[in-house]
Amino acid sequence: MTDHALNARDTGTTWHLAEQEDHDHGGNGATVLGFWIYLMSDALIFASLFAMFGVVSTSYAGGPVPREIFDLKLVALNTAFLLASSITFGEAMPHLEAGRVGPTRFWLAITGLLGLAFVGVELYEFSHLIAEGAGPQRSAFLSAFFTLVGTHGAHVTVGLIWIAASLVQIGQHGLIQPMKRRLICLSMFWHFLDIIWIGVFTFVYLYGVIR
Amino acid sequence: MSTEPYDAALHAHGDTHGHGSRLGYRIGSLLAIVLTVVPFWLVMSQPGPAPGWTAAAIFALALIQIVVHVVCFLHLDTRSEGGWTLLAFLFTAVIVIITIGGSVWVMFHLNTNMMPMPGGHMGPVR
Repeated sequence: MTDHALNARDTGTTWHLAEQEDHDHGGNGATVLGFWIYLMSDALIFASLFAMFGVVSTSYAGGPVPREIFDLKLVALNTAFLLASSITFGEAMPHLEAGRVGPTRFWLAITGLLGLAFVGVELYEFSHLIAEGAGPQRSAFLSAFFTLVGTHGAHVTVGLIWIAASLVQIGQHGLIQPMKRRLICLSMFWHFLDIIWIGVFTFVYLYGVIR
Repeated sequence: MSTEPYDAALHAHGDTHGHGSRLGYRIGSLLAIVLTVVPFWLVMSQPGPAPGWTAAAIFALALIQIVVHVVCFLHLDTRSEGGWTLLAFLFTAVIVIITIGGSVWVMFHLNTNMMPMPGGHMGPVR
């Protein structure tokens, strides 16, 4: 989906901005700016979900409260996985710029594995909550919790699919310019998800447990 | 604006991303780890409800960590894309603050001033 948009930008008219500054860069500037705008719009989606959670975060409907159901050790583990994956993606970037295929794929694969661990722990947490009767239908608080954290988890899952596709594509085409551009967008997407998670672990988990 | 930073931007492959200094990236990683460990330690070291300053501290640390990530990992600065990424980011930040802060503020007052419901608990939306 994204690739179509990128290719359309390549063959179509380029911005005057790209003409001036990026004539030898295959129009990276316009694509990166466009992807940045997408990330900002995604941030607004998460803002509305955070707002919804904030409004109903104490509407327990007689059900379980955060202190009873949140396992902070599990959340700390999950946070460590996601932060580590953000750092390992950063390790891939200099290799990407230098065009070294092997190390780029290595760090990208490590990032993917850490992301997979994150999604795995989150699914375990969700199934555990539902099993003990704290499912999304129990109270407004839990509905908002599953929506917010689940939306973030869905984003991470899409990121994992994107990483897997990139690993295959790097193997097929090497680190050609369009590939580098896609990976730059992917790295922005991945760091963005880690930033959203800062809000989740602070606002939902830590603040939920101490209030 | 001098021509030197403009030239640096012109020649940087990968545009806004990946060309940040490795030192900046290492410092960012280190800060991110510290800013994650401290709030978890603050909350996990004291079971049960914590005093108000703990909540204020974890929110302040989260805000700092978001800035660290945006600057060191997303390489947001005043120069990338001629300042448009920064402008878009600031615009988004304003909308995010209005959305979250406004919703919580308005609904809190609405809940506090709500008439007690007959036979039910007065309180937040259920």
